[in-house]
Amino acid sequence: MHTPIYLVLANGTVLEGESFGAVGDTVGEIVFATGMTGYIETLTDPSYYGQIVVQTFPQVGNYGIIGADFESTRPWLEAYVVREACEEPSNFRSEGSLDGFLKKYGVPGICGLDTRRLTKIIRESGVMNGKLTSKSPYDHLDEILEEIRSFRITHAVESVTCKRATVSVCEEERFHVVLMDFGLKENIKRSLMARGCTVQVVPAHTSAEEILALKPDGIMLSNGPGDPAENIEVIATIEKLLSSGVPMFGICLGHQLTALAAGAKTIKLKYGHRGGNQPVKDLFSDKVYITSQNHGYAVDSSSLPPQVGTVSHINLNDGTCEGVRYQGIPVFTVQFHPEAASGPQDTQYLFDEFVRLMEREGKQ
Amino acid sequence: MPRNQEIKKVLVIGSGPIIIGQAAEFDYAGTQACRALKEEGLEVILVNSNPATIMTDRAMADTIYIEPLTIEVLERIIQIEQPDSLLSTLGGQTGLTLSMQLAKSGFLEQHGVKLLGARAETIDKAEDRQLFKETMQSIGEPCIPSQVVTTVQGALAFAEEIQYPVIVRPAFTMGGTGGGIAADPTELREIAGNGLRLSPITQVLIEKCISGWKEIEFEVMRDAKGNVITVCSMENFDPVGVHTGDSIVIAPAVTLSDKEYQMLRSAALNIISALGVEGGCNCQFALHPHSFEYGVIEVNPRVSRSSALASKATGYPIAKVATKIAIGYTLDELTNAVTGVTSACFEPALDYVVVKFPKWPFDKFVYAARTLGTQMKATGEVMAIGTSFEQAIMKAVRSIELGLDSLRMPKLAAYSDVEIYSLLNVCDNERAFVVYEAICRGISYDEIHRITKIDRWFLAKLGKLSAMEGSLRQETLEDALYRKAKNMGFLDSTIQTLSGQEIPKKRFASYKMVDTCAGEFEAQTPYFYSTFDEENEAAEFIQKQGSQKKKVIVFGSGPIRIGQGIEFDYCSVHCVWALKKAGYEAVIVNNNPETVSTDFDTADRLYFDPLTPEDVQSVIETEKPDGLVVQFGGQTAIKLSKYLKNGSVPILGTSPDNIDAAEDRKRFDALLESCGIPRPKGLTVFTTEEALRAAETLGFPVLLRPSYVLGGQNMIIAHSAQDIEEYMQIITATELDNPILIDQYLMGKEVEVDAICDGESILIPGIMEHIERAGVHSGDSISLYPAQTIPHKIVETICAYTEKLSKALHVIGLVNIQYVVFEEQVYVIEVNPRSSRTIPYISKVTGVPLVELATRAMLGEKLAEMGYGTGLYKKASHVAVKVPVFSFEKLHDVDTHLGPEMKSTGEVLGIADNVHDALIKGLVAAGYQLRGRGGVFITVRDSDKQEILPIAKKFADLGFILYATKGTAEILFAHGINTSFVHKIDEAAYNPITLIESGNVHYVISTSAKGRKPARDSVKIRRKAVERSIPCLTSLDTANALADCLASSRDISTVQLININSI
Repeated sequence: MHTPIYLVLANGTVLEGESFGAVGDTVGEIVFATGMTGYIETLTDPSYYGQIVVQTFPQVGNYGIIGADFESTRPWLEAYVVREACEEPSNFRSEGSLDGFLKKYGVPGICGLDTRRLTKIIRESGVMNGKLTSKSPYDHLDEILEEIRSFRITHAVESVTCKRATVSVCEEERFHVVLMDFGLKENIKRSLMARGCTVQVVPAHTSAEEILALKPDGIMLSNGPGDPAENIEVIATIEKLLSSGVPMFGICLGHQLTALAAGAKTIKLKYGHRGGNQPVKDLFSDKVYITSQNHGYAVDSSSLPPQVGTVSHINLNDGTCEGVRYQGIPVFTVQFHPEAASGPQDTQYLFDEFVRLMEREGKQ
Repeated sequence: MPRNQEIKKVLVIGSGPIIIGQAAEFDYAGTQACRALKEEGLEVILVNSNPATIMTDRAMADTIYIEPLTIEVLERIIQIEQPDSLLSTLGGQTGLTLSMQLAKSGFLEQHGVKLLGARAETIDKAEDRQLFKETMQSIGEPCIPSQVVTTVQGALAFAEEIQYPVIVRPAFTMGGTGGGIAADPTELREIAGNGLRLSPITQVLIEKCISGWKEIEFEVMRDAKGNVITVCSMENFDPVGVHTGDSIVIAPAVTLSDKEYQMLRSAALNIISALGVEGGCNCQFALHPHSFEYGVIEVNPRVSRSSALASKATGYPIAKVATKIAIGYTLDELTNAVTGVTSACFEPALDYVVVKFPKWPFDKFVYAARTLGTQMKATGEVMAIGTSFEQAIMKAVRSIELGLDSLRMPKLAAYSDVEIYSLLNVCDNERAFVVYEAICRGISYDEIHRITKIDRWFLAKLGKLSAMEGSLRQETLEDALYRKAKNMGFLDSTIQTLSGQEIPKKRFASYKMVDTCAGEFEAQTPYFYSTFDEENEAAEFIQKQGSQKKKVIVFGSGPIRIGQGIEFDYCSVHCVWALKKAGYEAVIVNNNPETVSTDFDTADRLYFDPLTPEDVQSVIETEKPDGLVVQFGGQTAIKLSKYLKNGSVPILGTSPDNIDAAEDRKRFDALLESCGIPRPKGLTVFTTEEALRAAETLGFPVLLRPSYVLGGQNMIIAHSAQDIEEYMQIITATELDNPILIDQYLMGKEVEVDAICDGESILIPGIMEHIERAGVHSGDSISLYPAQTIPHKIVETICAYTEKLSKALHVIGLVNIQYVVFEEQVYVIEVNPRSSRTIPYISKVTGVPLVELATRAMLGEKLAEMGYGTGLYKKASHVAVKVPVFSFEKLHDVDTHLGPEMKSTGEVLGIADNVHDALIKGLVAAGYQLRGRGGVFITVRDSDKQEILPIAKKFADLGFILYATKGTAEILFAHGINTSFVHKIDEAAYNPITLIESGNVHYVISTSAKGRKPARDSVKIRRKAVERSIPCLTSLDTANALADCLASSRDISTVQLININSI
């Protein structure tokens, strides 16, 4: 028989479901993701650190677990919420079931609940914390709510960044790129390598001096979890790198940290953008791209001084900042995920732009 | 880019009559297009030969031509109307092909008409096989190894090279007409020969057969700026090999990993970009199940059946957006109508699963080949939405009206395990049920997959349904199990039957909204589907709206099938509009994704759910309406009245009891007797013996049919005892709930009347007369309005009978009555106290809005106050001829002989100020090529031999060369009509088949006392005519009318074209 499990929300709502994956209680920030495919990438995306992820698509795990599609070595999220977890997956690459995977990595899951209702609660009230617990919460709800409310995601980047630098050599190396790891997705590395870049991944706390000493042709700032403003030290590092003249390209958290380093501010969105269907307009080309996104914070467009940078991309739905081009320095950043994985690959061309930027700067 | 200001007057071409492969989805698309254009203040000129459509309604366009869709007619209309642009992509393959022909001939350019939607080169790149292949190669998109050939020899040579089996795909035919899979040279010779003939450019593609690969579709959109989006992905349950129109389809694709999904999505976007489509496009892929290898199967650069499905599955209005793009807008300038705030340039996210299930006509055509392949055979489809595949497919299965409440098909229970195992090899319309049965019998997924290539994911899901059946049978029915079963889509009645236990605590369904964004944004769409969760979004929506209006639920007509077509959707939609106009909130329940009624813009709320008693009960529970309407949704909705009559909500209009009085033979006879109205004598029987006795009492010929059916399903005229035996054997194969009706058959003039009754008085908008005498189903008859040959006295009798009957049956709303005039006597054949298939056409030609008036009558208004008077309405100034259209090319082995059982899938209308012109238009619109000379092959049954003489003479006098089989030839000779004699099929090398193949024959007149069985000569001859696209007339009345048409000096190039908005 299935074991009951409860998801307690910060607003006091309790949702009941069935336990799957690992057994255990956990507290996290509840967010929803709307991608209809790509759960493997979601599960292994370090940006979900500290979060309880709700999939809005009702049938998850259909094609099993595929190691080749991992975006990092393991899952980082606190817990996983789905309506139905597929018990009998089918795909020629499948190596096992979702349930087995979560068990292996100790991630608790809840299924058999109305995920749409949960999504709507988050949409209406904004992102909130929650607790997944296997014990009936009703008689000590206040205690649980206290615990939930006091929870904050802290030291996120610190927790997910690599411990030491590694180099992935591209055989036909044209450029040497230093990739600052704030919780990077493997496909950023793969996308660079596919374009002739040898990628040296460095931990988030690596200093500007250390990075510049590596004489990179370009610096890539990865995605990552948590509140961007919390990373004071990293922001200072980026500030130094900005004036180095080395071409830089930032994605997601990398985009936010760059903006903070340049003097802009970030804001927390009500419930963020997570999914593979977000339309983003490139204001320079006037074209719209469907993008993969996963972020709870955004750069406040109005806080960006015009002499520092220009908003290059906006979200077509809510007008929020999706990209910045910096004035006078070879730096551009985007909020969305051009590396996709999961999600649409329509903005892969940005990696080409980064390569061209390195080419141009290299010649000068 | 905002709207192109140079565009002011747009010509829209519709898709014409409903045929297999081109159905109601184009009324939905066309209606959206016309609305989108009018919204922009543009002048719209519409041409469509199909009167049963919403798009040909007065308000939909400024100028409307219900005229034949031929180049000649379109050129004339362009000359008259002088539009500045032509929208080519909303009228199906018909509209696209015609537009392209007009563009290529230079006509459009000469007349300053811009082609909107797709350029000629775009269409060519997508539709011309060779160009398509080259285009795909140029952008690195893999195709399936194939070659275009123009001869059978070429086909054979290429097949040798790539090895059998090969697929034959004719160019420019819709729904894959004439295509097929050939396993060897003999089969290839036949299929390729046929395909070459059917292709308007004599081209077929020979392609490597990749049966067993996954079939995945993407609906994509592009604007002039180059912005591209995918609206929806779809995965076929049946792997490549079965036409997607005949496949069970799931949206979104469920078995693809993100890597596979994105690979194909990117490919679809590459393709639409390379083709330069501006609007919607459908891309079909074959994906190897064990690698990333894929091939592009087909691309349709237009709105299609799949795009209608995708629109309903996601809530994204593809046709509307495609139209806006065609007139210059870009995606980012348009708003997502569902949320009202976010952009239309996005990709819908689903938080549910959609299953489409085809509706095939095989319950009607018992001798038709039921195997499925590359040629589409389904007439319609249903869609179901659920929070799981299990829930959705269970809903779909009970929506297709096969009498099933689960995937368990009762007749399969009789088969042994071995038989079921071997049936897995047969790919026909019952395959999904066989697969389910196999799972229930314990045949392993691996084994089923090996044979059928259906993905194990689907098998495992069916396995869960099977396991639930087991649990229900074995376990105690506690609330938890009950809830689980409900979540998986089981009906209460099924749960009770399986478990043999009472439901612990009945649960009604709750509803979720279809919002395009998986709940990410607040949406305003009043579009719901049922689930068994706690939260009821429909109830919340209703509460939030806080409307004080009274509410009425209209039940739709379900899937399109022969006998219950688009006309009923037309009626449902008009009822909704009339209700809204009268100040009510109108709610619709329907399950057909192709229709206007299931556009979320139509009613105040749309429930996309099955139309079973339990399903609609839940809607009623949530809506708490003030009234229910069943009379516009065909038999599907009428059937519900039996269950709804005891509920607390009144059925508006004619009461269920009176509906029953019209259907129940005994009650109906009593009623006629009390009214003093005669009818052909008749009896009811249950067994063959009773039937034979009854026939003897009544005297041959007799008419046999089951009670409670639509479209004359399984209705025949029996001329002999053998006929009765054959018929009874077929009909008693399934359990008989209701008796068989057996009637005296009167071979007279058939007259049809639609009327509105308010309980006190009636309004008859007009009287229709059939060209074919009684015996040919009214839906298959050519029908004339106003009646031309009925004497005044008879008209009066008909009006009097209609009034008497309507009052006796206490009709409130619509009633359709069929009469036969035999030897100056009027007999009643049938009374249907509901909407009928003639409503749209009679509304259009008389200008009487029948459905609106009927709806108002149902709400309590009196006809006298409605401004159209009572009694017989004044005759219109024009004559309208309705001509049926068939889809025989798609259905092998179906006898084309017309009879009491309906066979047509659609209809066209010819309107003119005289009968001849109207008939010419009707026949041309229905696809007849009216040629003044050539050959006619005549072979008629003995009883027709006298009557054929004057008709044959007419053809001979026109200069036609006559050919006839022995008996017919003898009598023609005897009467001095020159005829070439033709031997029977197996008697000589020169026989009817070779004659037809020779190309010397342009019309075939064939009647036979017996028919149906494919092996009979008469059936073979008629099938051959279908194959060669030669008109085959199986009623002497039709042949006579045709001869008269040919003899008149008029033809389609001289008849006056009429804007019906000016009538």
